[in-house]
Amino acid sequence: MIPGLPARPPRPNRRSLLAALGAAAAGISFGGLEGCERAEAIGHNGEPLRLNLYNWDTYMGATTLADFRKATGIAVKMSLFASNDELFAKLRAGNPGFDVIVPSNEYVTRLRIAGLLQPLDLSKIPNRVNLLPSFRNPLFDPGRRWSMPYTWLVLGIGYRKSKMDGVPDSWKWVLDSDRYKGRIGVFSEADDMIELGAKYLGYSVRNIPVPVIDRVAQMYIRQKPNIKIFHHDEGQDLLLSGDIDIVMEYNGDIAQVMTEDSDLDFVVPREGSLLNSDCLCVPAGAPRPDNAHKFINFVLDAHNGAEIYETIKYPTPNEAALALMPPDYRENPVIFPPPAVMARCEYADFEGLERAHLFDETVTRIFAA
Amino acid sequence: MGEGDPEGVEGAGFSSNFPRQPGPDALAGARAAAAPSTASRSPSPARGGGSKSALPMDEPVGRSRGVFAVLASPPVLWLVVFFLVPLSIIWAYSFGQNISLTRIAVDGSLGNYAHALRPLYLGIIGKSLWFAAVTTLLCLIVGFPVAVAISFASPRTKAWLLLLVMLPFWTNLLIRTYALMAVLRTEGYVNALLGFGWKGLAALAALVGLHMPPFTPLELLHNDFAVVFGLVYVQLPFMVLPLYAALDRLDRSLIEASLDLGSGHLTAFARVVIPLATPGIISGVLVTLIPSIGAYLTPDLLGGPSSMMIANVIERQFKAADDWPFGAALSFLLMYLTFAAMAAQAFAGRRRRSA
Repeated sequence: MIPGLPARPPRPNRRSLLAALGAAAAGISFGGLEGCERAEAIGHNGEPLRLNLYNWDTYMGATTLADFRKATGIAVKMSLFASNDELFAKLRAGNPGFDVIVPSNEYVTRLRIAGLLQPLDLSKIPNRVNLLPSFRNPLFDPGRRWSMPYTWLVLGIGYRKSKMDGVPDSWKWVLDSDRYKGRIGVFSEADDMIELGAKYLGYSVRNIPVPVIDRVAQMYIRQKPNIKIFHHDEGQDLLLSGDIDIVMEYNGDIAQVMTEDSDLDFVVPREGSLLNSDCLCVPAGAPRPDNAHKFINFVLDAHNGAEIYETIKYPTPNEAALALMPPDYRENPVIFPPPAVMARCEYADFEGLERAHLFDETVTRIFAA
Repeated sequence: MGEGDPEGVEGAGFSSNFPRQPGPDALAGARAAAAPSTASRSPSPARGGGSKSALPMDEPVGRSRGVFAVLASPPVLWLVVFFLVPLSIIWAYSFGQNISLTRIAVDGSLGNYAHALRPLYLGIIGKSLWFAAVTTLLCLIVGFPVAVAISFASPRTKAWLLLLVMLPFWTNLLIRTYALMAVLRTEGYVNALLGFGWKGLAALAALVGLHMPPFTPLELLHNDFAVVFGLVYVQLPFMVLPLYAALDRLDRSLIEASLDLGSGHLTAFARVVIPLATPGIISGVLVTLIPSIGAYLTPDLLGGPSSMMIANVIERQFKAADDWPFGAALSFLLMYLTFAAMAAQAFAGRRRRSA
């Protein structure tokens, strides 16, 4: 039991199918929003006192939006999406009126290349000094010109302690061994599968050479008889229900089920792993860009940040906010794995559609084999 | 493709030309159009009551055309705007290619189809067809006795039995699939029940001095068995209902006649009931087979490492892989297969009628 984490998952696997189906309907009528602007209060910056935020579900502090309105007079209307694909599809046909969006790092790149983001005016975000140094200059966005970090996650191995022979601190136990035959769960996302396979073989998760992709595919095909399921980010539930005993999952997701079952634990393998980071961005064509910057700066404030992470319990990239958090969050080794291991983790990057198609076809080959 | 609903379109045009008072030509046309449908219905003898003449029907037929046009145009419009148009866009995409992250150029290339016809994808389509065929066969084997039983039940019981068949539709497919997962999983209800029984047996065996090994749960979920089981579970009502419709219409006196003429029950079943139920069997097979080939949710949630079906590949093309043209080509390959199956059915139906 980890105190400080809610008894119920605050954001039950946001990529889950249920959420995806439900949220597909959300935001359909968004286009009409702009039309219903009446004569309303205009702020000092000449923009109406409104803001449209497009966010993941259960991903905002309990009082944050009300606090923001109190501080600036700007009313935030929050719409929800369930996957990066959904966010991308929504913006692909033209920004329907969002001022701030929260894509994951690979989609920051994807949106930027597609011309769907506008650069941030860093002079309007002084609170960025609160960020941990490791988040100030990430490879996917050098100099933070397009995005500000909101949360981060790391993939690792969730496991049932009583069924393991020691701590399974290598990807080997998931990817390349029959010791836990029939009790292994692997993430079914093409990028994650290939990139972590390359990481296990000693390569970077970026610019993986094509022969290595083939080797990774061969490894998965060899490993398939030992794998029970390729899951869609519901690995924590499968672990909790006893269907599998060892699974590739995000730290946040495993931390949630660890509050329900003390026999579960999480480790970031010694080979290193994949980092993910959800970021605050301003989409191209945002109707109120100055309000958007005000909001991003507000979220990066220490107290406002602490309010958010208190609610959503995800790892924070905000050093100043972290200092205000209770020790059971700050010192939780699942939420914040040891720095030595974290140093071996990397962000992947979006490397073009050709790459995405190659990864997809490779995974299709693995599944069909 | 593209033909839509010719009858509805014709009706709409008709109504604009002749809003109230149809002229004689139009009436003739209407009668001609109505004739085949009357003819096709006429073989049900018991209904018309003998003196069934089309003569006094002229005026109502003309009026009903106008009514039909008014009633049909909203659904036809709906069909065109929300079904044919989007479908045509996807069809056009299948002849295009990605030129940037957000743009697709429809340049008439067949590259996507060439890609989709590679062994990797043909293999997955083949596997989907195999799953669908096994599902359909099982549905037929399980569904036929059910349909026979319902059609021979008393009217009151019949209503209840039909309600039971349709009951699963009251719950969303996703919820039903999750329920099935709760039943089949390693620590699910089936294994819990078996484990309980095993424990009882072990206790009995211990009494007579035997030692039984501890219960190992069955692997019921996350494999091909689970996918076929789930598909049969989902598709069974779609098989039972058309079978029941065909069997219920069946003239019982024919069965009595065959029995009177000395055939056994099995022979009567094989040589009278089954041939007469063939249209029902064919439609049952089609409405089971076609959705099964394109099943997405079931293999996704119940399947194991190798249970991927073609719809799962298509889904990834529209999401993570972001290759809409290729996804469109794969979708339309399935669509072409479906059309071929339906054409085959129509052809078989015509041959049967002319025979």
